[in-house]
Amino acid sequence: VKPAPFEFHQPREVEEALAILAKHGSAAKPLAGGQSLIPAMNFRLSRPSVLVDLNKLRELAYVKAQSGELLIGAMTRQAEAERNQQVAEVAPLMRETMPFIAHTQIRNRGTIGGSLAHADPAAELPSVMVAVDARFQLRGLHGVRTVMAADFFSGLFETVLQPGELLVDISIPPMPARSGYAFLEVARRHGDYALAGIACRVTLDEKGKCKEARIALVSVGDGPVLAKKAMKSLVGEKPDEKVIAEAAEAAGSKDCDPPSDIHASAVYRRKLTSVLTRRALTQAVARIPQ
Amino acid sequence: MPALVGKSVRRNEDARLLTGRAMFVDDVQLDGMLHVAFLRSEHAHARLKTLDVSGAKAHPGVTAVYTAHDLGDYWKPGPLLVPPPPIEGLVFNARTQVPLVKTKARHVGEPVAMVVAESRYVAEDAVAKIVAEWEILDAVVDLEKALEKKAPVLHEDLGSNVAAHVVQRIGDWERAKKEAHVVVKRRFWYDRGVAAAIENRCVVAKWDAKAEELTIWDTTQAPIPIRNGLAAMLGLSEAQVRVVAPFVGGGFGPKIMMYYPEEVLIPWAALRIGRPLKWSEDRQENFFATTQERGQVHEAELAVDKDGKILGASDVFIHDNGAYDPYGLTIPINTQCTLIGPYRLDNYYTEFTSVFTNKPIVTPVRGAGRQHGVFVMERLLDFAARELGIDRVEIRRRNYLKSGDFPYDHKVIFQDFQPLVYDTGDYGPALEDAVQLIGYEKFKREEQPRARVGGKYLGLGIVSYIEGTGIGPYEGARVKIEPSGRVRVATGVGTQGQGHYTAFAQIVAEVLDVPVESVSVATGDTREFNWGTGTFASRGAVVAGTACHAAAVAVREKILDVASRVMGIPKSYVELAKGRVETSARASTGGKTGRPTSLSLGELAGMANPLRGAVKPGSEPGLEATAYYGPDRGSTASGVHAMIVEVDPETAMVEVKRYVVAHDCGKLINPMLVEGQIQGGVAHGIGNAFFEELIFDDNGQLQNASFMDYLLPTATDVPKVEMAHRETPSPGPLGLKGVGEAGCIPTGALFAQAVEDALSDHGIEITEIPMSPDKLFGLITRTKPRKSHVVSVAGEFTFDGPRDRVYALLQDASVLAKAMPGGMAMRMTADGVYAGTMKLGIGPVTAAEFSANITLTDRVAPKSYSMVVEGQGPGGFTRGTARVELSDAPGGTLMSYRAEVQVGGTIAAVGQRLLDSVSKKLTQQGLSALNAELRAAL
Repeated sequence: VKPAPFEFHQPREVEEALAILAKHGSAAKPLAGGQSLIPAMNFRLSRPSVLVDLNKLRELAYVKAQSGELLIGAMTRQAEAERNQQVAEVAPLMRETMPFIAHTQIRNRGTIGGSLAHADPAAELPSVMVAVDARFQLRGLHGVRTVMAADFFSGLFETVLQPGELLVDISIPPMPARSGYAFLEVARRHGDYALAGIACRVTLDEKGKCKEARIALVSVGDGPVLAKKAMKSLVGEKPDEKVIAEAAEAAGSKDCDPPSDIHASAVYRRKLTSVLTRRALTQAVARIPQ
Repeated sequence: MPALVGKSVRRNEDARLLTGRAMFVDDVQLDGMLHVAFLRSEHAHARLKTLDVSGAKAHPGVTAVYTAHDLGDYWKPGPLLVPPPPIEGLVFNARTQVPLVKTKARHVGEPVAMVVAESRYVAEDAVAKIVAEWEILDAVVDLEKALEKKAPVLHEDLGSNVAAHVVQRIGDWERAKKEAHVVVKRRFWYDRGVAAAIENRCVVAKWDAKAEELTIWDTTQAPIPIRNGLAAMLGLSEAQVRVVAPFVGGGFGPKIMMYYPEEVLIPWAALRIGRPLKWSEDRQENFFATTQERGQVHEAELAVDKDGKILGASDVFIHDNGAYDPYGLTIPINTQCTLIGPYRLDNYYTEFTSVFTNKPIVTPVRGAGRQHGVFVMERLLDFAARELGIDRVEIRRRNYLKSGDFPYDHKVIFQDFQPLVYDTGDYGPALEDAVQLIGYEKFKREEQPRARVGGKYLGLGIVSYIEGTGIGPYEGARVKIEPSGRVRVATGVGTQGQGHYTAFAQIVAEVLDVPVESVSVATGDTREFNWGTGTFASRGAVVAGTACHAAAVAVREKILDVASRVMGIPKSYVELAKGRVETSARASTGGKTGRPTSLSLGELAGMANPLRGAVKPGSEPGLEATAYYGPDRGSTASGVHAMIVEVDPETAMVEVKRYVVAHDCGKLINPMLVEGQIQGGVAHGIGNAFFEELIFDDNGQLQNASFMDYLLPTATDVPKVEMAHRETPSPGPLGLKGVGEAGCIPTGALFAQAVEDALSDHGIEITEIPMSPDKLFGLITRTKPRKSHVVSVAGEFTFDGPRDRVYALLQDASVLAKAMPGGMAMRMTADGVYAGTMKLGIGPVTAAEFSANITLTDRVAPKSYSMVVEGQGPGGFTRGTARVELSDAPGGTLMSYRAEVQVGGTIAAVGQRLLDSVSKKLTQQGLSALNAELRAAL
């Protein structure tokens, strides 16, 4: 496992990185934390002829709160987000998810933006971002655009990022009042690709009925899967055991079309999805401040 | 003598290992060293039609490229390492591995060509330029199908895939069966995996033309046999070849295999090129190029009387041998013999067929087939106990051999060619230890029911096993007192982390009464010690350790002799203590004046090797002795393991909460080392039971050739093992028995029993290991898990046009091209046959050009046809077969399709989790593209 030859660039500024990317088009690949790209290169499955290392782009490594929202620079290390107090306060669902992402060593190097742009269907962060309605800022040589997380992921390892464009900023809105959240997953060993997982947030109205439910599933589709039927079934209902059980059933049987692989059949993944949805919703509802 | 043997002495080697000062083979850096990479077969079974290495030869930085034909007479199959034992009626067909594929590849990863270049990077770039053309043959993967008449044959001259057939008998099974109160019969499947040593294999070779000396650094467990074999193969004298196995990061069995193609090729090429060469196996290669252990399928029966007493057992099984059988019958014979366990078994019929399959070679991996046998016997006992309503601990207790039964001859032949005789043992006390430690009664009475009320499913397992250890033929050791006062011990076995530098030092230090730290041990260097076999079968401590002891005793005698002479006192008056010889108080008046009365061993060593004067006739210079030990037969270790698990029946996830081992490996040299061996063995066992599995598809492609998908247990998955030691000394001089494999032998059986116990109200039976959560889910929900892991895509698609137009379009090269990924260029080469290129890439996989062929067959216009799509590119190949049927539908044509997709090469090895999604996606894209074409054409 030795990578094929490549040309290496290490820009110091985002503009410089964008210029290099624009020059080389689809032959170039940005390198963030490298926790997926480098193994793929070592297996020679990934053979970018130009590698643009983003690790010196200090301007993309930040976590800050701004008018109630949490702004995270794309090159922020996952370990930093895990430890950051503002993340814990504004985006507790994200904070809760961080330890599930692989292992400490990987989180020390892996970045928030890298994981999102890579769009692995088994990754935790894409589902979390969809569940919390995050907004992504994409920057190219010719400007900046903003897309919602749910619109960012377009397929298996696919996003709406164009060649030459970088994901630079993630903004997470504050959690609505009367909300609870949970993240759960089942993996063969801690840190493995999840067999199934769920990021959810439940918001109640003043009468204790569900005003909004956000349920994003992990590892049961081409990317983060919004469990729309389950979400819909909760709205307007008092989230008791029965209502939650119905939503959980819908999440596993109707909302996803999971793949089979050597670790889990599609049937097993559906069952796991239902079980985890039930458990996560129960936990989320229990966490809603009275 | 101070007691050092039996003490948990700290490890002599740890300072070097923990501070990074220990040398491993990959640390060898030599001036002018070149690096080697191999082209390996991507196919499990294929005939090599042409091999063009010109592109690799012309690649800048490449020194040489070798194929089988370049080897000339040096190309020949490897030796049969372990010939078949003398069992009547035995059939054995030896077919051993070759250095490079000449005509036919029989497993994925078999080396085909060797590239030598300035760096490994360049070597791999050049490997990619070799063009091999293959005729792909059907692969033999399933064990039972391998024996079918119509099965493809690996070694054609044999006419079948039978590698061996062996029957052994004790007493009369048929009669026992007739007399039985209950006969339990089950079918078992037990699979194993790779050894997964932390260090892969590595070979460095250097030819010194002026000294006419070849040095080979090799991660082998058997440096001396490697030296002997390579010297013979290369036409050198043994003295001209030095093999060094320095520190090695884990052996576990596969590194005893010889001669790996790389071991044969790298020294040969180093001689030819005249520059040092290095090949360092990467993890992906390790999954194919290093031997592994694998499955057996058993049909087994156990006959018991109404009290649960075993009357007899029968076991007929098939053993997966992989593509070649250089290691003979060691594994299945271990299975046959170890099945008997600690029980009295008067009637036993055991028959196995070993089959060749298109998978990597099978040789012993820690446990070496013992697991399989223990699994069958322990499971049968569990089922019998359940049927009879007898407690599972009690049924074992009732059937144990008694302490007065030893030595006990089972009258079957063991792997060392000797009758299976248990030298010593006492099984009851270890069972009681385990029962006490795990709290068996209390668990059943209180803990389990209480947990259950709280919604937790706890289960307990408890099983027994025997481990035949410490077999011959022999090992040797040399002990020498250096003038510095340090003691040097050299032995021929290699060391892979066991703690030899400490255990052997303890044995020698005790005899010579010197500090353990003053004894330095050399292992694995043929220049240090010249005779021996290697580290395997839990024998290092037993056989080499006993040889060390014998040599130390001889040196002690020499010390006393020389001291007596130098001091001028009778030998009996010399006292040896704390690294010095002293004149005993008794001799104070008898000593000659002017003679020394107290000497360090270093000083004495100097005097024993004088520059002037004379060494007395009949004596030897120096304080040095060499001794050998060859046990008549192995020593029988035994034990009982117990475990508590928690199972989540909804998710089918299992957590091992507690693990208890009560074992007997005879006299302990160093309890801390023993505990380390057991803890590590248990980790291997838990991996085998729940996490690890080599998953081959129907084409012999390994689908999990990386640690992403081949799951080793981590520290959080393996609890700290609670242990109890029993010491029933073996009859050997030191009372030692081996312990290297004990931790992993009964774990599968244990895990199965514990999980069943946890899910007792689900009524499941576990007859298969590994038991992954996916399979456990299948058992719990009574759904069948997928048997093979072929990726299949099926569906329907409605075209917006009439059926005849759709059919015609689907045969049009230019249209077909559009349906292929990446805008394929395609032309029709014959009716229904198309050739072209496609570009395939997804996510992190860079789009790469694949040469592609499409063949349409069984065409019935305008109704149906079959299609085969084959693509070959960097990173692997793909082959899809599809059946397509068209029917009229409102406003168009309904196509229903069913396709199976195979992949090979790196994509198959590391990309399995994405194949399903990718196949679905490409199919959808292709069909939509076709429909767009159709619409445009209409």
